[in-house]
Amino acid sequence: MSPKGSRGDRPMVPPADFRSYYGRPVVRPAVWTHDVAAYLFTGGLAAGSALLAAGGDATGRPALRRAGRTTALGALLASTYFLVADLGRPERFHHMLRVAKPTSPMSMGTWILSAFGAAAGVSAVAEAAPLLPAPVGRLITPLGTAGQYAAAATAPALATYTAVLLSGTATPSWHAAYPDLPFVFAGSALASGAGVGLLGAPVSQAGPARRMAVLGAALELYGAHRVETSKGILSEPYTQGRPGRLLRAGRALTALGVAGALLGRRSRVVSGLSGLSLLAASLATRFGIFEGGMASARDPKYTVVPQRERLARRAAAD
Amino acid sequence: MGSNSLYGPLDPAPDAGYPDAPPRMGFFTDTSVCIGCKACEVACKEWNGVPDDGFDLLGSSYDNTGGLSANSWRHVAFIEQPAVDALAAAGTTGPQFLGMPGKDLPGRTLDAPRTDFRWLMMSNVCKHCTHAGCLDVCPTGALFRTEFGTVVVQEDICNGCGYCVPACPYGVIDRREDDGRAWKCTLCYDRIGDGLTPACAQACPTQSIQYGELDELRGRARERVERLRGQGVTEARLYGHDPEDGVGGDGAFFLLLDEPEVYGLPPDPVVSTRDLPAMWKRAGLAGLAMAAAVAVSFLGGRS
Repeated sequence: MSPKGSRGDRPMVPPADFRSYYGRPVVRPAVWTHDVAAYLFTGGLAAGSALLAAGGDATGRPALRRAGRTTALGALLASTYFLVADLGRPERFHHMLRVAKPTSPMSMGTWILSAFGAAAGVSAVAEAAPLLPAPVGRLITPLGTAGQYAAAATAPALATYTAVLLSGTATPSWHAAYPDLPFVFAGSALASGAGVGLLGAPVSQAGPARRMAVLGAALELYGAHRVETSKGILSEPYTQGRPGRLLRAGRALTALGVAGALLGRRSRVVSGLSGLSLLAASLATRFGIFEGGMASARDPKYTVVPQRERLARRAAAD
Repeated sequence: MGSNSLYGPLDPAPDAGYPDAPPRMGFFTDTSVCIGCKACEVACKEWNGVPDDGFDLLGSSYDNTGGLSANSWRHVAFIEQPAVDALAAAGTTGPQFLGMPGKDLPGRTLDAPRTDFRWLMMSNVCKHCTHAGCLDVCPTGALFRTEFGTVVVQEDICNGCGYCVPACPYGVIDRREDDGRAWKCTLCYDRIGDGLTPACAQACPTQSIQYGELDELRGRARERVERLRGQGVTEARLYGHDPEDGVGGDGAFFLLLDEPEVYGLPPDPVVSTRDLPAMWKRAGLAGLAMAAAVAVSFLGGRS
């Protein structure tokens, strides 16, 4: 069929022509369950919350500090659970700590998460200082502050390394997305942290969370748009089926959350609902990205066609 | 780490820290003489104690293994297709099932109707890449480079994180379901250290699977492909032999009679860790954007 067919309503992309071994996948889809997709969310949430806590404390907004610190710890514990549960041999989780290996994003991530976890843990415990005996409380409060800033310093790495984790595979649509995936994850983490602020702080203290929601959403939407449109055939898995539905839902919830954050300045209820919307958006986006990559690994088309195109380009250049 | 540690031609064992490494060992699998007997699959299972992978009739060919997996470290692929001349005449591509062959010996019944088709058979195996994605991304150090330049999983270290599985550009390594750890071909590490031939190559009755020093195998393969082409088998080609390819060349490479994807192999595999520096750079940029966004959020407004 000619690209300029007589029907001429839109350019026709010819169906991808490729050969395979009885339609079987060439690369192997990850053996990970949805625990890993959930970790993408909780890890980002922990990072966003830690940043919220540090900003809130630095600018004298105790409600943001409290919500940020406690959520960071909760999300961190959930992350640890998801990561350990997804191992084939959970009782050997500590084998991750045998080595520090720069070529392995998972090894780097283990150390980032460990550093973040120690810092965020101390800062969350310090929130309980008033309940502790006075000498302990006096000791732990400055430690908590130090931990809070250390956690915030590690948070950007925690939020973005997971993008390298997925891209560092032969899964076609994850690898192709490597320039933009970190922005999706960074934005998604910020937006979910902002959601925590909107949920946990009175409207008088939630101003920064609103701005964080807008900026996070902008980063996330920009990154997701690039992932869904600029990767040729490898964008396709992100726009079809379940991953497509999840990513579209994420986009709609993000828009709703941002609108609520901006319009609901005076209403605790509207702010809280927009916070929930942002959290749900982040969750949907993470699952969409996860499933999009899995779908690209299951269909040999996404391995063979781009590689054939690459070979053809190289042959044309020679 | 040397300059080509992530990508490009390299001798992997010295790069991994063996100062006096023995020659790099590997497989040359010449599919033009494979008869599809699956002795390699059986010998591998027997020697390595690889569990049964289920009785599963796939219904597509004589291949009921399907592919390499945690429980199949050699896999014989069967492709039935019109013979090359018929392929060219029909202008078609792709495998086609043309019915079972006759029971009689070829030529016994003169003028018997014969379909013009051929079988491609190929014993697939772990490629023991020069730049092995599985090894690069393993977070526990369970996967390691041996002194022979091969890639092996230490079963007492692997914690089943599963990262190696999607990292392999060939879809070889796999996590065993009931066991939780990753498994693949070891190039019979427990045999070659004692000067023995790996079980599959030992069992192969046609020398389709040849084991030896990689340099020598590459020379032998070049001669073989030239001879075949001289005999009119113009579609013969080598796969995975080139140190300049996307994985720095395979320790186990092949002579194929059709495009790699017909056998279930990627036509232009690239180790994903080639792009690791670029990936971290993008992540760093996104992290900075994140920090800036937080700073603006807290310092930039009135409320």
